Amino acid sequence: MSAVIRAERLSKQYRIGASRTPYETLRESLTRALAAPFRRRSEASERGPASDSFWALRDVSFEVRQGEALGVIGRNGAGKSTLLKILSRITEPTTGSVVLDGRVGSLLEVGTGFHSELTGRENVFLNGAILGMRKAEIRQKFDEIVSFAEVERFLDTPVKHYSTGMYLRLAFAVAAHLEPEIVLVDEVLAVGDAAFQKKCLGKMGDITEQGRTVIFVSHNMGAVASLCQTGLVLDAGRIGFVGPVTEAVELYLGQFSGANELPLMLRHDRAGTGEVKLTGFRLESETGEPVDSIRNGHTARLVFDYAAPAGRPARNVEFQIIVRTESGELLFQFGTRPIARNFGEIPSTGRFVCELERFPLVPGRYRLDAHLAVDGRMSDYVLWLAPLVVVDGDYYGSGYRVFERESRFLLDGRVRCEAAGEAPEHEGR
Amino acid sequence: MVDRVAEAAGPAHVVIRPSTGWTGVSLRDLWAYRELLYFLAWRDIKVRYKQTALGVIWVVIQPLFAMLVFSVFFGRLAGMPSDGVPYPVFAFCALLPWQLFAHALTESSASLVTNQNLITKVYFPRLIIPLAPVLASLLDFLIAFGLLLGMLAYYRITPTLWVWTLPLFLLLAIALAIGVGLWLAALNARYRDVRYTIPFLTQIWLFATPIAYPSSLVPEPWRAWYGLNPMAGVVDGFRWALLGTADAPGGLMAVSAAVTLVILVSGVHYFRRTERTFADTI
Repeated sequence: MSAVIRAERLSKQYRIGASRTPYETLRESLTRALAAPFRRRSEASERGPASDSFWALRDVSFEVRQGEALGVIGRNGAGKSTLLKILSRITEPTTGSVVLDGRVGSLLEVGTGFHSELTGRENVFLNGAILGMRKAEIRQKFDEIVSFAEVERFLDTPVKHYSTGMYLRLAFAVAAHLEPEIVLVDEVLAVGDAAFQKKCLGKMGDITEQGRTVIFVSHNMGAVASLCQTGLVLDAGRIGFVGPVTEAVELYLGQFSGANELPLMLRHDRAGTGEVKLTGFRLESETGEPVDSIRNGHTARLVFDYAAPAGRPARNVEFQIIVRTESGELLFQFGTRPIARNFGEIPSTGRFVCELERFPLVPGRYRLDAHLAVDGRMSDYVLWLAPLVVVDGDYYGSGYRVFERESRFLLDGRVRCEAAGEAPEHEGR
Repeated sequence: MVDRVAEAAGPAHVVIRPSTGWTGVSLRDLWAYRELLYFLAWRDIKVRYKQTALGVIWVVIQPLFAMLVFSVFFGRLAGMPSDGVPYPVFAFCALLPWQLFAHALTESSASLVTNQNLITKVYFPRLIIPLAPVLASLLDFLIAFGLLLGMLAYYRITPTLWVWTLPLFLLLAIALAIGVGLWLAALNARYRDVRYTIPFLTQIWLFATPIAYPSSLVPEPWRAWYGLNPMAGVVDGFRWALLGTADAPGGLMAVSAAVTLVILVSGVHYFRRTERTFADTI
C-alpha cells in the first residue's frame, strides 16, 4: 500500500534566546519600534539562562502506509509532541517537509474550545467546528454523539454545571465522531477514570480496525504494543529506531537504564514550564535515615527537593507521584490531587515529602515518575525519575513472602470461614 | 462514510514545509473554514452577555450613554457646532461606526491570547481568530443602527440620496479595524504589554476622530491630512451620506482609504509572517 504520510528530514528548532533569523529584519525593526517602551522588559524575559537555540527534532524521516498504526515513543523532551504539532499543522517545521494524503484529525486534547458558559448542545457544534467538522456533518451525527456521551438529559445545561466525567465524555464523544483518514492521537487523551480510559483505548482500536491511519503518542507501552504494528523511537529529537513495535518498545525501555543515574538537576528529559523544578530525590526510612530500598508493610518516605529557578515563591502547587511497573504500566498515583488539596503557597526552595504508610507493593523493581503543576499548568514532569526497589518487609508479619507472580498489591483485610450452622440469628427455627 | 469525509472542512492533500517570503492569504483555506468563523463569532456574541442582567440591551445602552454624555458636555456646555443638525443625532451618527471600530479592534487585539488553547491544540487558518470578533461587532452595529433610524425619524431628518454609499464607509471601518486588529493581535501574542496600551489607544483615537466635533473645525489646507486618521474619513462619510453635512468624499476620503489599505495589507502580512510561531511563543 502507498504511503499516506511521508516525512522528509523534518527538523524543528526552538529559540530560547533573542536571536532571530536574518530575513525578519523588517519585521524586527517594526516590532522593535512599536515595542520600544517595553523593550527592556521583553528582552530581559527573552534572555533565558541558555540564550541559544535547540533542536526539538532533527532530520526525522519516516513513512506511514495507508491503514498503518504507528506508535511514537520516547522520553519527555524527545520531540514527540513537537512531531505531532508539526503533523497537525499547529506549528511549522524549521526545515524539511511532510506530505499528508488525506484529511488529518488531531486529538491532542479533548474538549478544545469548550466554553463553560455554553450548553452541551452548543458546545458540540462549536467543538465540532473547531475540529474541522461541517455543520451538516455535526447535525447528522448529533444524536450519536449525545448517546455515546450519555448526557441526553443535560443537553441544554451549561457545561460549567457538568461533572468532570460528563464533561470528558461529551468532549471525547465529539472527537471520536470525527472521521478523518489520518488520526493523530496524544496520550493525554487518555485522562479520566479507568473506565473512561478503557473507552478511549477501545475507540482507538476501532479506528485502527477501520483501516484508518493512526499516529499514536504514548508513554503506555502496553497500549502502544497492542494498538500499533510499527514503533518509532525518538531520542533527543532524532529517530532512534523505526520498526516492529515490540522491538521499539524494548529499545525504549532499554534507554532508561542509564537515565536516572544522571543527577536529577541535570536531566533535560522533562516536560513543563520549569517554574518549579524537582532537583533531587532520596528515599528515607520512617526514622529519616537514607535508604536505597523500600520495605513493604513499612512507611516509605520519598523526599523530593525542589527549586523555583526564578527565586519566587509559587502558588497553587499540585504534586503527584506516579508508580509504574518497569514496562510502564500504571500501578498507582499519590499526591495532592486525589485528596483535593494543593499547596497554597510554597517557598522558592524546599522539599516535598511524601509518606506512604504500609507500602503495598510486592518485592520487585518499579519506576517512579513525578508531576508538578503550578496554577493548573504543568511545571515539571519527569518520567523514570528514579527506580524504586521494593524488598520484602514481612507485610503480614507471617513470614510469607508474596511474589510478583501471585499479586501486585498487598492488601489489608481479613478472611474467615464460617460454618453454615453458625449463620445469623434470623434463620427460622 | 467516504462522502461524509469528502464534505468535511480542510484539504485532503497537504504539504507541510517551512513557509518563506511573501505569504499571501489562502482564500480557499479561509473559505473552507467559513463555518468556524461563523461559530466563533456566534460564541463571542452568545457568551458576551450570558451572565449580564440586562443582556443584549447593553448593545444599545453603550452608544446611547456616550451620546448623552457628548450631548450634555460638548453640545450644551461647550456649545460645539454640529453643522446645523441636532447635536444628539450629529454625535450618534458618528458614534455608531466608532463603536463598531473600537469594539472590533479591542476584541480582535485580545483574540489570539484569549484563544490560545485553540492555537496550541488545533489547526485552522489563524486569521479566523481575529476576524471572528469583528464579525460579532457587526451585529451590535446593526442593532444600534436601528436605533439611529428611529432617531432620524424622531428629528424628521431624511437621509440624503447618497445613503446607498453607507456600506462603503462601513467597509472602510471594518477594513481598518481588521488591519489594526491584526497588527495588535500578533504583537500582543508576543508582547503582552500591548493589551495595556489598547485602552489608551482607543481613548486618544476617539478624540482624534471628529465625533464630538465636525471635521470642518480643521482648517482647509490641513483637512485632507486629517484623513491620515482613516476614522475621520469613515465618520465624515457617515455624516455626509445620512445627514448631508460634512464634505462630499474628496481628498480626506482618498487619504483615509489609502491609509486603511496600507494598514490592512501590512497587517495581514505581519500576521501571516508571525502566525507560524504563534503556537511556540504564545
